[in-house]
Amino acid sequence: MLKIENLTKIYQPGNVLALDNVSFEVPDGQFLAVIGLSGSGKSTLLRCINRLIEPTSGRILLDGEDITAVNQEQMRRIRRRMGMVFQHFNLVSRSSVLTNVLAGRLGYVNPAWSLLNRFPKDDVEKAYRQLERVGIADKAAQRADALSGGQQQRVGIARALMQDPTLILADEPVASLDPVLAHSIMKYLEDINEQDGVTVLCSLHFLDIVHRYADRVIALNEGRLVFEGAPSEIDDRKFKEIYGRDAERVG
Amino acid sequence: MKKPKPSAWKSAGTGLAILLVLVVYAYGFEITKIDLEELRSEQRQLSITRVLRALARPEIVDYEREEQTVVAPVYVGCPADGTMPQVPVVETSGPYLSVIPTCAESGELVEVEGFGFFPRSTGPVRFVPGNDPANPVQLGRDTITTDADGNFRLQLELPDRPSDESQYIRATIRRNVGSPRFTQNARNTWDKIVETVFLALLATTIGTALAIPISFLAARNLMKSVRSPLAGVALSILGWVAGMGLGVLVIGQIAGLSKLLAATPLVNVAGVALSPAVLWLLARWAMPAEETKAPSRAMRLARAVSLLLAAALGFLALLQLAELTATASLAILPALGSFGFLASFLFQVSDILRVSTPLVAALVSGGVLGSMLGGIGQLATERGSNAAAKVINVVTTAAAGAALLGILGWVIEALYQIGRPGLTLWWPLGIGAALGAGLAAALPAKATLPVGLVIYTITRTILNSLRSVEALLMAVVFAIAVGIGPFAGVMALGLHTIVSLAKLYSEQVESILPGPLEAVNATGADRLQTIMYAVVPQIVPPYISYTMYRWDINVRMSTIIGMVGGGGIGFLLLQNLNLLQYRAASTQMIAIAVVVSAMDYLSSVMREKYV
Repeated sequence: MLKIENLTKIYQPGNVLALDNVSFEVPDGQFLAVIGLSGSGKSTLLRCINRLIEPTSGRILLDGEDITAVNQEQMRRIRRRMGMVFQHFNLVSRSSVLTNVLAGRLGYVNPAWSLLNRFPKDDVEKAYRQLERVGIADKAAQRADALSGGQQQRVGIARALMQDPTLILADEPVASLDPVLAHSIMKYLEDINEQDGVTVLCSLHFLDIVHRYADRVIALNEGRLVFEGAPSEIDDRKFKEIYGRDAERVG
Repeated sequence: MKKPKPSAWKSAGTGLAILLVLVVYAYGFEITKIDLEELRSEQRQLSITRVLRALARPEIVDYEREEQTVVAPVYVGCPADGTMPQVPVVETSGPYLSVIPTCAESGELVEVEGFGFFPRSTGPVRFVPGNDPANPVQLGRDTITTDADGNFRLQLELPDRPSDESQYIRATIRRNVGSPRFTQNARNTWDKIVETVFLALLATTIGTALAIPISFLAARNLMKSVRSPLAGVALSILGWVAGMGLGVLVIGQIAGLSKLLAATPLVNVAGVALSPAVLWLLARWAMPAEETKAPSRAMRLARAVSLLLAAALGFLALLQLAELTATASLAILPALGSFGFLASFLFQVSDILRVSTPLVAALVSGGVLGSMLGGIGQLATERGSNAAAKVINVVTTAAAGAALLGILGWVIEALYQIGRPGLTLWWPLGIGAALGAGLAAALPAKATLPVGLVIYTITRTILNSLRSVEALLMAVVFAIAVGIGPFAGVMALGLHTIVSLAKLYSEQVESILPGPLEAVNATGADRLQTIMYAVVPQIVPPYISYTMYRWDINVRMSTIIGMVGGGGIGFLLLQNLNLLQYRAASTQMIAIAVVVSAMDYLSSVMREKYV
């Protein structure tokens, strides 16, 4: 169970308020969509949860443990159970697909050996299994930048799966993909959520995707939590509240 | 639209600016003594033509020569009775000379004819005085060229050397035989240009290897997130100081042991053969490839001890290897003949191992102890109460400050030999402790300090200041430190390569994509792993490109670094220029041009291929 309490993030310099006293809960195994305009704080929220961004105040409780209070070494152990999927995939483009996937294991392996690029045999086999699961096992030896966008995002998912995650943070995973590919990627996340029971926090742009995949939705507007509930509860009034008066529904 | 009229003030300003520029240039001409009159002076033109002609004929090859020397008698001053002196009948089977008439007064002309010499060859015709045959007299235009049949004819004015004795006209005709061969100068040039290329190669590779880790320290994006509480920093500094001292002590003991073991060759060989296996086993046990649970405290202690053991064993193995290599290389040196340089190389490598092992050991143990104590300091600050953290801060920072200033005092003592411990030991210790304690008291107890940025700034400052020192000046210093020769050049160019490449590299690190960095970081990778998996793959192409660029620079620099005693071809070139041997100097200039352009071409091909 992930519990966010009064989370606030103020970027310095400039005193930019990115998250304003946000509180919500995510039960284990839920698929939670985070929606809102660009700049509403979705990315900041996801990155605060694995502390890629240090929150200014508030608490983040993962199974009762406050992860804003732990030190770096403990954070390393917590982070390795949180997979992250990025809008721009964030693969190391010059490394092979296999190396990119194995990188998901870095939190587990001994640093000294991994510096020599030595991974345990089990991990390499596991990496191939994950690539098979996302359907690109034949690309393992290719350079990551030789793959298409959709394939790169699948590598990103395989990398997250290597972490044996209990939680996946997906930051707009389909926003820079061709819309027709969006569902193929979302299906993998859905599958991981349903088959493996992994909690998924996923920020999304398109409401039809939210309707189709999410169990529950939270909406941010200028850092404040403006909506929390089932996708079906978003009516036109709520929609205007979340996206502002000028917004219009598409799709 | 109407063009706005320019204001009078603006026009006046422009005019003034042009005037100012003119004045600046006029003064520049005065300062740099630009004077075309010099160019027009006849003497200058003569010298420059001579030099240019010499440069156009580089002294690269010459020939084996054979010569024919024939003399014919002549009398300067005819006998008073008016008869012609009798000359012996000449042998006409070989080359011979005829002088007509056989006697004449000083200043009169005689006709000298030569027959049967080498065809189309040249040489001098001289007058050989009877009383001083070692000093032939040059007679005006005396170099002759034989025709296709090997004959020549010329008129000579006899010198003012009257004598009753027979004197001689001597013709020496030389021609080249066989194929051309390289001159001594060309061979020296070859030796030195090879030295030059290797000088550049070593300086570039050594410099690159050291510049890479330094470049990470000078990259803002990597160092920005490195923060630590005061106690962590202070304990880390103490750990570094103590660790390095301890490392030197321990390695001294290990070196003694190594010498003892190496005295018996069999033990030495066995040690070198066995230690890698033992090391491997120890390392595998102490560093399990993967663990999902945090190990118990006892386990961690046991692992730390075995890693320490492994480290000590590793250094022992290195020293043993050095001893073995030294013994082996000395043993095989005579057997290798002209490949003896391989044995010398081995010996030098073993020597480098021996010299650098204590340094590496000091750094390693400093690093280990530093990071260990730093971690303890950090933990203590996190766990303890505010008051406790404050006390810890004050104590540790005072000790660290004392240690740092103590070292500074020791350096000052070593440099200036003041000889007053009160001034160079006790005062720095006291001031350091006071400064440290003051700092700790002033800062909030649990504040985390931007250590990374401090290291970044210090590294940058050192890099920038060292980079502004020309490699030539460094070579002067190193020539004093290690003696004149290519070694000094390697050190100077290597150092300059380190500082300039580290700067360029670090800028590349700063411009990498942050996305992969973030992604690898999010998997729970630690700092080193993040660098290895997210930074290194991104910087390989620019690093190669900059290394090539530096290689070009080093080749060019190594051609002139010899001028200040840094080895390579520069010394030869400077020597020949100073001796006014422009033809020899021309050979070196051509060699430099060929090598530099060849390396330029090579590196551009490689850059295209790999980047």
